[in-house]
Amino acid sequence: MDGNSSALNKGLGESPGAIHKDPDVVIFGFWVFMMSDLIFFGVVFAIYITMIGATAGGPGPRELFDFGSLFAQTMFLLTSSLTVGIATITMKHQRSQGSFLFWVVVTLLFGLGFLTLELLDFSDMAAKGGTPQRSGYLSGFFGLVPLHGLHVSFGCLWMLVMIAQVLAVGMTDLVKLRFLRLALFWHFLDLIWIGIFSVVYFGGWVYG
Amino acid sequence: MDWNTEAPVRLLQYWTRLRGYIGCRPFWLIFSLPILIFLLPHSIHATETFLEPLGPVAHEQKTHFFWATALTMVAILPVFALVPVILIKYRRKKGKGIYAPKWESYGPLELIMWGVPFLVIFVLSFMLWRATSMLDPYKEIEGVVPPIQVQVVGLDWKWLFIYPELEIATVGELVVPVHTPVSMILTSDTVMQSFWIAALAGQIYVMPGMTTKLNFIATKHGKTQGENTQYTGKGFTEQKFDVLIKSEEDFQAWVAQVRANGIVLNPQTYKRLAMRSTRKEMQKQLATPQMPSNALYFTLSDPQLFQSIVMRYHSGKPLSMEEQPGTVKFGQGEEKTEGAQP
Amino acid sequence: MNITDYGWLGKLSWDSIVFSDLISNFSVSAAVGSTAGAIVIFATVATLALLTWFKVWGTLWSEWLTSTDHKRIGIMYIVFALVMMTRGLLEGMVMRAQQAAAPDGFLYADHFAQLFSTHGTIMIFFVAVPFVVGLVNLVMPLQIGARDVAFPVLNQISLAVTVAAGMLLMVSLVVGEFSTGGWSAYPPYTGGDFNPGVGPDYWVWAIVFSGAGTTLTGINFTVTILKCRAVGMNFFRMPMFCWTVLCSSILMIFAMPPLSVAALMLGFDRYLDFHFFTNDLGGNMMNYANLFWLFGHPEVYLLVLPAYGVFSEVFSTYSAKRLYGYKSLVFATMSIAVLSFTVWLHHFFTMGQSPTINIVFGIATMLIAVPTGVKVYDWMATMYRGRIRFTTPMIYSIGFLILFVIGGLSGVILANPTVDFQVHNTLFLVAHFHNVLIPGVLFGMLAGYNYWFPKAFGFRLDERLGKWSAYLWIIGFMLTFFPLYGAGLLGMPRRSFSYMDLAFKPYMVVAFIGAMVVLCALISLVLQLLVSLRDRKKNRVPVGDPWDGRSLEWSIPAPAPSYNFAELPRVTDRDEFTEAKEQGRAYQPPKIYRDIEIPKNNPLGFLLCVLSGILMFALVWYMWWLALLSALAIIIVVIASTFRWDSEQIIPASQVQQDTERWLALVNNTEPVGRDLENTPQNNGYAKLEH
Repeated sequence: MDGNSSALNKGLGESPGAIHKDPDVVIFGFWVFMMSDLIFFGVVFAIYITMIGATAGGPGPRELFDFGSLFAQTMFLLTSSLTVGIATITMKHQRSQGSFLFWVVVTLLFGLGFLTLELLDFSDMAAKGGTPQRSGYLSGFFGLVPLHGLHVSFGCLWMLVMIAQVLAVGMTDLVKLRFLRLALFWHFLDLIWIGIFSVVYFGGWVYG
Repeated sequence: MDWNTEAPVRLLQYWTRLRGYIGCRPFWLIFSLPILIFLLPHSIHATETFLEPLGPVAHEQKTHFFWATALTMVAILPVFALVPVILIKYRRKKGKGIYAPKWESYGPLELIMWGVPFLVIFVLSFMLWRATSMLDPYKEIEGVVPPIQVQVVGLDWKWLFIYPELEIATVGELVVPVHTPVSMILTSDTVMQSFWIAALAGQIYVMPGMTTKLNFIATKHGKTQGENTQYTGKGFTEQKFDVLIKSEEDFQAWVAQVRANGIVLNPQTYKRLAMRSTRKEMQKQLATPQMPSNALYFTLSDPQLFQSIVMRYHSGKPLSMEEQPGTVKFGQGEEKTEGAQP
Repeated sequence: MNITDYGWLGKLSWDSIVFSDLISNFSVSAAVGSTAGAIVIFATVATLALLTWFKVWGTLWSEWLTSTDHKRIGIMYIVFALVMMTRGLLEGMVMRAQQAAAPDGFLYADHFAQLFSTHGTIMIFFVAVPFVVGLVNLVMPLQIGARDVAFPVLNQISLAVTVAAGMLLMVSLVVGEFSTGGWSAYPPYTGGDFNPGVGPDYWVWAIVFSGAGTTLTGINFTVTILKCRAVGMNFFRMPMFCWTVLCSSILMIFAMPPLSVAALMLGFDRYLDFHFFTNDLGGNMMNYANLFWLFGHPEVYLLVLPAYGVFSEVFSTYSAKRLYGYKSLVFATMSIAVLSFTVWLHHFFTMGQSPTINIVFGIATMLIAVPTGVKVYDWMATMYRGRIRFTTPMIYSIGFLILFVIGGLSGVILANPTVDFQVHNTLFLVAHFHNVLIPGVLFGMLAGYNYWFPKAFGFRLDERLGKWSAYLWIIGFMLTFFPLYGAGLLGMPRRSFSYMDLAFKPYMVVAFIGAMVVLCALISLVLQLLVSLRDRKKNRVPVGDPWDGRSLEWSIPAPAPSYNFAELPRVTDRDEFTEAKEQGRAYQPPKIYRDIEIPKNNPLGFLLCVLSGILMFALVWYMWWLALLSALAIIIVVIASTFRWDSEQIIPASQVQQDTERWLALVNNTEPVGRDLENTPQNNGYAKLEH
């Protein structure tokens, strides 16, 4: 997982502060949360897969997907993963607060850009009759893709809060720890997006 | 169904026996209770159960039930036998057993603890495999005569039986000839239900837009009941039907009677039949004096009725509540004079 | 009607209040419903009035509602579970009465259907789960030698949403009606077409929120056990209870998401006209069955595994002997946890899939009987060559041992698809799962309640009434549920509010008598608590070890201080405290006293409880403005709470020293008691070594 597993078998030493502030515990806890979230996504993916044929005469993947926009969305998200990584490195090497905030804002803008494109995509689909009310297939689609979008929106909100906290108290240990988790979360969403791109869009295109 | 004469007497006998135990320690009372309660089933006679099978499928299921119980007992009886012994021998007050507070593992014992349940389950798994393959409800039963086809539609709260080859249909009564395989295909025109004739075969779900299959054969003459076991609303407990097993001649006579007395099952009649109502309520609306008091007889106008019921859910068009049987709004706004009122 | 067509009050109107039915259209059924609603209102008002009368609002707020202490959160979970259990049991009684009175029952079909739906939902999600989670909260951190769980505030939030969801169910007694679709709420019956009322919406939101709470709890417990154990406590020195909790928590993480997904998708179908499980336009109800049971089966092991842990502790302590076959038990626990994910299909053998699939899942189901059987034998071997004391927890445990194997037997029978075709959806199945859940989970929890109560509150529960309660539970259970096996074999479908076949009648009458015995068991449980509260001074066990315990939780005072351990322990053995007592290492002062940092009180949990309660209610009744407002409030409150920078408080070393020295002085002045006197007032919680 994250190199902590060696500590698992030994029992941990007495920590000076409250255990829930121990970075090791906090980060590990966040990994476990993401695992649970991954299962949530996994189940929704499974439902989508079982629904691929269930278009009920309505529009299917070939009529609805716009791969140009999808390519842009993918690039936005992948680039934002890179910039959030740069922000983490800036934080680690204790560069100026300004450069850290710069990279966070860049990430946020990419995130918002992704969301905008995704919403435009949805409205395009709706214009072609692709609403979740039309068929089981589209219900499966709109159960899954906006779920990821909701996670991204949540990540954006989180980023706003982080910016506010850095401005309020500076780069304290607690703020750093929170940002580390945000970065993990952001990479995790990238991973989910790759799943969505290959299963929902590409898989839907091939088998739909 | 002679409970009201026999059962109270039995209960009284149990009670006297029970009173004998009440003087004892609660411990023994507790040990005797399960045995007493397990005695209950034998005192009462019921016919709508696989314990009184009318055909080989239910008979096999009953046999399998007893075998599974008996074999599992191999692993369970030691618990019943040894727990009291251990409790008595090692009780703190006056117990005679040795005390070994650090004793926590013994190889051979571990082997038995894992080995015995494993062997039991191994044997049971083998039996399970055999029985499940043999009693696959989808497998047609080989008989001396070709199977009779029955299409079953689950409605709120009644079962519609269509005999496509004979071009008749019934509600509230399923009649099959003895020693003739029955091959059923089932669907629902409302919510999911579970179709069950305990004395003949196990349950199978019926679901709208989908079909399931059930095969069985009756080898005894007689009468039993079938039902739905999945709760579907206020008429649920009345969604039952009689199953009559008749000889070939009697069956043919029955078919002739249905043909003669049945009303035409056209789309209008079907629509009324599919309304949320029990069989009894439908009887008042649709029955003619020639029909028995607990069944409705129909002749088929459309041999593809069953298929059209299934396919309606695949039209690609949304079904509004007014078009969906089983909802409170179904058939609303239609005039109610249609159909064959006497 | 479009969902946007509703006004300020949404679907709510005077007719939604339960009493309106009574006025407009009197019936016994309506009277029963109104009585239930009146009880809820009266109990709420009475509680609030009493709290005000005794002026305990301040204490309640500062000591309980805002507390982040795992022990207090655990106690609140258990209190919540017991309150909900009272409702669930009373509903069970009413259903037994209805079936005993059939065919001339006194309830409407829909009312009966609401009863079995709430009874199931409550007993699983709002009794079994919170009872288990509460007991784990109370005990597990003490057993592994930790100061708290890994995430104390998260723990508070889990409790908050669970309680809010439970309260929503209570509200459904007064306003509107509950789902009639059973605890499993199979669509399409629970879909918008067939059930357009608010009932299934109550179910959906209660499940979604309590499910979220349970998932977070699972994360919390898993991290606590993996990361917060005392020095020297490697995996194979953990008490058995902690092992079972670890496996159960992992099950929570993996098994709750499918349920949340299923419930949310049902909600989308109902609210937004999606087509996940509908009849038309490509919906597929079989997906729901798969999702629900993909959760549902691990769920029962999630509940029963911690109960196995309690039994392991109880058998070992009251036999004064090491737990037999520890490694076997660990391996068995893990096997059960893994296997529990491979068997969900046995809940619908009758759906028409191929026999090969049924065979695979049938055999997988049977395989679970192997590790379970091993556990039963291991517990027997634990008593073998011990010195068995017949205390209340032990009576529950012995009752469990005997009754649970009968549940196991019917489980193996049900695992055979061919037999399942005949007993599926009958009372045989109902008898089976009550047979595993009552002796398994409930007896385990009640044994744990009696066993750990002194640790939580510092005094013992009344032993005589405890035994009465235990015997009544055992007898009541048998009288109620063994007849159901018989009726099930004779073909009586579950959820029947009436029946025509009088062959079922004697069984139902006996079951009703059994239900009355269970009611007596519940009453004696309440009496036990009241009598114990009265005698609390007499039955104090301040030294903290009333039962000659074997694990770390007994090595500290009772009630335990907020920081648990003055100095975090170092562990050298599986039965650490027993070893320490035998080697004279127990009751030693720490080498040095240090400041201890623990989290401050936090109002976040309480606020989220109220706000999520309002959110759920608004969603159920289509009050969109209120839903939006409360959702926004939740987001703001959560964000605001992240701006609390000083969330820790320091307990100074001097305070710790003072507490500890006072306790050690008490130990020195206390006469150790032998086991023969453990249920007498002489027991001060200082156990005499005996061999």
